[in-house]
Amino acid sequence: MIMDHILEMKDIWIEGFSEEKWIPIVKGISLYLKKGEVLGLIGESGAGKSTLGLSSMFYARPGCRIVSGSIVFDGKELFGASDEAMREIRGVRIAYVAQSAAASFNPAHRLIKQYAETPVTHGLMHFSEAEKNAVEIYRSLLLPDPEGIGYRYPHQVSGGQLQRAMVAMAMACHPDIIVFDEPTTALDVTTQIEVLAAIKQISKEFDTAAIYITHDLAVVAQLADRIMVLRYGDLVEENYTREMLANPKEHYTRELLSVRALREDRDLTGVRDDVVLKVENVSASYSGKEEVLKDIDLEIRRARTVALVGESGSGKSTLARVITGLLPPFKGKILYEGEELRPALKSRDREMLRRMQMIYQMPDTALNPKQKVRSVIGRPLDFYFGMKGSEREKRIVELLEMIELSPRKYIDRFSTELSGGEKQRICIARALAAKPDLIICDEVTSALDQLVAKGILKLLQDLQNELEVTYLFITHDLATVKVISDEIVVMLHGRIVEKGAKKKVLDPPYHEYTELLLSSVPQMDPDWLENLLKKREAEGKGYHG
Amino acid sequence: MSFIKSLRKIPLGARIGLFIILLNITAALLAPVVSPYGETDIVADVWLQPSAHHWLGTDQLGRDIYTRMLYGARNTIFIALVTTMLSFLTGSIFGFLGATVGGWVDQLLSRIVDILMAIPMLIFALMVLAIAGTSIPVTIVVIALLDCTRVYRLARAVAMDIVVMEFVEAARLRGEGIWWLIRREILPNSMAPLIAEFGMRFCFVFLFIADLSFLGLGIQPPTADWGGMVRENAGAITFGILTPLWPAAAIAFLTVGVNLVVDWYLDLTSGLRDYS
Repeated sequence: MIMDHILEMKDIWIEGFSEEKWIPIVKGISLYLKKGEVLGLIGESGAGKSTLGLSSMFYARPGCRIVSGSIVFDGKELFGASDEAMREIRGVRIAYVAQSAAASFNPAHRLIKQYAETPVTHGLMHFSEAEKNAVEIYRSLLLPDPEGIGYRYPHQVSGGQLQRAMVAMAMACHPDIIVFDEPTTALDVTTQIEVLAAIKQISKEFDTAAIYITHDLAVVAQLADRIMVLRYGDLVEENYTREMLANPKEHYTRELLSVRALREDRDLTGVRDDVVLKVENVSASYSGKEEVLKDIDLEIRRARTVALVGESGSGKSTLARVITGLLPPFKGKILYEGEELRPALKSRDREMLRRMQMIYQMPDTALNPKQKVRSVIGRPLDFYFGMKGSEREKRIVELLEMIELSPRKYIDRFSTELSGGEKQRICIARALAAKPDLIICDEVTSALDQLVAKGILKLLQDLQNELEVTYLFITHDLATVKVISDEIVVMLHGRIVEKGAKKKVLDPPYHEYTELLLSSVPQMDPDWLENLLKKREAEGKGYHG
Repeated sequence: MSFIKSLRKIPLGARIGLFIILLNITAALLAPVVSPYGETDIVADVWLQPSAHHWLGTDQLGRDIYTRMLYGARNTIFIALVTTMLSFLTGSIFGFLGATVGGWVDQLLSRIVDILMAIPMLIFALMVLAIAGTSIPVTIVVIALLDCTRVYRLARAVAMDIVVMEFVEAARLRGEGIWWLIRREILPNSMAPLIAEFGMRFCFVFLFIADLSFLGLGIQPPTADWGGMVRENAGAITFGILTPLWPAAAIAFLTVGVNLVVDWYLDLTSGLRDYS
């Protein structure tokens, strides 16, 4: 073992139990980690990156087992170590930061109590000492009010703060290694920056080595010294960050790098441009007190893609609910092709409902797990057009072909037998079955892997060119917006702050908030984060949450 | 072939359970064929010990216990099954309705159920049966109505989690009616907990009928039923005669059998395993 390697894993094989047999999920990957080094593990879901990351502390999730390999940490072999021996290492010398802080904190205890749990139970320090250390670490993590924040409950701090509080927990025992498992994936771009900056700060300050697991190459480029690209449990490519970004060797890596390419403006001459949907002066609220939407004015023209952008809580999904009639507004009106729509879903007629369809963020919950593809797509055909028997069957096959899934293979499957991308395609087919004019897409790609999302976006565009459908595309991801939209509407705190053609919104001069959003999208440039932080500091705009 | 293969996968406990249930069903169905005497015939002396003529002995009136056990299976299981089914039908329809419609419908249904549940079930049943008489249809309806409050609670809770799912919202946006939502979107997704509960409830109802019969308000003599048989023969215990233990054992036996199968079903549906 080379002296400055704090961790050295050789030929790791990990299996997962599925369909009554053990299937390899990590196939003989080796990795090493130097003291103070940050290693990025990147890959799509199912690549085995989390499983490999967790195996660094000789831990396998339930349903998985580490079959063979060698895990040498600080000169000690961990493979086959007893639970007692591992207890001394896990959380103390190798710590773990999970993806969803909101789900990982116990809502019944204050942050500080959860922070202190590991060091106190391991007998490393007294509670009062841990309390004092916590303030130091909270401060290094740039949390607001470091003296007081520990005494709050998890629901009293924001998502980005909670994620940083979890990083602080991992730091409590000053571990040699921290395993970060997608710590920013669930966060907005502006919040993500806070967490990335904090992670960068502590890894520098405490010289902690880290394994950073993510599916986002641009994110890992900001933090990692070295990157390993994984796919289907195999190592695709390993290189130093700058070299990999400058000169990717494998086709797969290049594909990951190319995803964020900007699409040219579409030529829309000759396409009809009558207004399909008009939102006039709409205000809405859930409780009757607080207005979630304030004076929204919006026009959507036919065969265009209007992207509705904003962070979580900006009211963009609420606007979709108002348009669909799930949440009647208390002020203002919605016009569909010049005709005023009834505010409540119940009072709209079937023909109206048919013309406006919706596609959801999570294809897993948007499809009834007990229905087969045939009835999922067939129901709108029957419901809206009264199609039966062979006529209906024929149309289902057509729709499946349209979404590029082989009808013979998929028509009799349950939605649980499909992958995430396939499910989303079925959702698209269900919407298309109604022959709608307007499809509202609510974050349709954010739950999908990069390459799968790319395929879905392409499909949506092709369908638009072919069928002249109109999209209202709700998203928080500016990269997606750049790819798909013709017009952009930016929302903040329930108001529209900017709207216009894509070019106008995305080119300078920017609206202040649009600029903040745009500059927060991670770029492939490894110096991006540092430069951005310097620039914002110089301008006196903090990124404190 | 595949059926036999899938049978082989069933764990031992569930196989025992299935065997017990099948045995009981066969006994119930074939009672008139295989029983040596009539249901209410007095054939011998009182409280005889088991012998070649009377395999399980005779009861307090000299009727053959084995015969009455077979007929008892018929009455008890049939009544319990009908009662449980009726209870599930009403309970789950109203539960789904409450969860799907919400608002004042849900409030009204839930408060009615709260009031019914606030009164101890056995006492309430005793009161109603004392007023309305103790015919079998009345017993079935009364127990089903009292029992459906529990089913209502479960069905509503399960449906509450399902109605907020996006596929239900998608169906609402499509313009589907309540009945479709309940039948096609909610019911198929709540089958697992409901069937498991069905097994449990069946046992409870079964025991409850036995309780009522034991107290003299359930199935009326001379109709044979297991709970009633325990009561009628309870006195024999003081003489060291085993007679009341036979029907008691049958009750315990069937309860255990049903629960074994329910456990297996729960195990099957709780995991990610494919059972469709």
